[in-house]
Amino acid sequence: MATTRSIPAPHPHPDTQAFWDAAVNGKFLIRRCDACGKTHWYPRPICPFCASPATQWVEASGRGTVYSYSVNRHADPVYIIAYVTLAEGPTMLTNLVDCNPDEPLIGRAVKLVFTPTDGGPPVPTFTLA
Amino acid sequence: MTIKNQAYIVGAFEHPTRKAADKSVAQLHAEVAIGALTDAGLAKSDVDGYFCAGDAPGTGPLSMVDYLNLKVRHLDSTDIGGASYLLHVAHAAEAIAAGRCNVALITLAGRPRSEGVATGTAPRVRNPNEPDVQWESPFGLTVVNGYAMAAMRHMYQFGTTSEQLAWIKVAASHHAQHNPRAMLRNVVTVADVVNSPMVADPLHRLDCCVISDGGGALVVVRPEIAKILKRPRVKVRGAGEASKHQQGGDIDLTYSGAVISGPAAFAEAGVKPSDIKYASIYDSFTITVLIQIEDLGFCAKGQGGRFVSDGNLIAGVGRLPFNTDGGGLCNNHPANRGGMTKVIEAVRQLRSEAHPAVQVKNCDLALAHGTGGMLSTRHGSATLILER
Repeated sequence: MATTRSIPAPHPHPDTQAFWDAAVNGKFLIRRCDACGKTHWYPRPICPFCASPATQWVEASGRGTVYSYSVNRHADPVYIIAYVTLAEGPTMLTNLVDCNPDEPLIGRAVKLVFTPTDGGPPVPTFTLA
Repeated sequence: MTIKNQAYIVGAFEHPTRKAADKSVAQLHAEVAIGALTDAGLAKSDVDGYFCAGDAPGTGPLSMVDYLNLKVRHLDSTDIGGASYLLHVAHAAEAIAAGRCNVALITLAGRPRSEGVATGTAPRVRNPNEPDVQWESPFGLTVVNGYAMAAMRHMYQFGTTSEQLAWIKVAASHHAQHNPRAMLRNVVTVADVVNSPMVADPLHRLDCCVISDGGGALVVVRPEIAKILKRPRVKVRGAGEASKHQQGGDIDLTYSGAVISGPAAFAEAGVKPSDIKYASIYDSFTITVLIQIEDLGFCAKGQGGRFVSDGNLIAGVGRLPFNTDGGGLCNNHPANRGGMTKVIEAVRQLRSEAHPAVQVKNCDLALAHGTGGMLSTRHGSATLILER
């Protein structure tokens, strides 16, 4: 079932503006550190693993698997919040969209789909691959 | 430096209210402060250290020391959410050991029930400068669904069931029936819990704590002062604190910061989990209790569901009597922060002042533990080991 939940616009910061600008153009960026080679989430200029400033934006594959989720039964419409582990490594908070909330979803393969927000850039969400 | 045996809890007070429509938050803080000082046999003018957290209105401790007209030489408003007050006891002991104060007052109060706060089911209003808010708010993260994701993963990874989680509520309700002030006094069954409405899968309505007004306060003093007071002395024997967060995206929802704070507290106290006679365990949700019990070493990781089943947390029945006041799950959760009442019930147990129906016999060693913030994103953990 589709969720038509009204999503509040994200509030970009100076160090994340590029992410949201890319999202408007349908590109899903993550942050990678050239010093230690790791990608992290959420993106930040200083690597949270090795503290190097040598980080850069890279386009992610948009592929991942569901680490965990919950169905917000209290909301109307019902929506699914989830942690998805990206193919590149890090796990991120997101929504699962166009999924049946009554079937088990942990471990399922998912792919990126941007979802519009109220007057802001779209946000990265996922649906079954 | 150790805080072992350096400080005593000599005053503890839980506000009797569960709904304070006619009182201000500051007034509630003042009422619990006076309550705890009276319990200790001390005066407001004896206080030279003050501790509070984000529930106190104003900039850190400043408005409250003004309102209470305290003249203090040590201040601490470290805020790790609902676990702050457990951490404050440890910080008070540190300050006392370092000679920074002699009589530390810790207060908590709030009125989310009167203010109609949709505590668990609506996203919190947050400061947009928080670095994580843009990555969380659009997705509808709430308190309940945040904890629910930890429960869902625990079930997937370890086979934990809703029925096992329900036993935690069942145990709390067995205790709450003896507490005339508890919001939920009816004894419930596993079936009652799993048949209550689903809020955020897999957490049902009865997997959640109550929303209440109220508060509590503690007085912590140096040993020389404790010895001249009349109340039974509760010694701070060990403490630990930690934070756990998203770790750059290296997320594992199956454990909490208690894996750090628990062993640190046990090491300082020189005791082990099997020595603990009574445990106050933070109970925002049933899953919170289960994960912390594992992390604190009362059972192996993944075995929490089995451990909490069949009444093992019920006083007089099970191996680990917990939250004998009914806890946040049934009694109260003042200001949406359960850490203060965790310490207070542990103090009651060690003083042999719990309700006779739930008083643990020969209770000379207790643990109090809290998780503040959000289990599945970032939280603070604080563990105390207290001795009669």
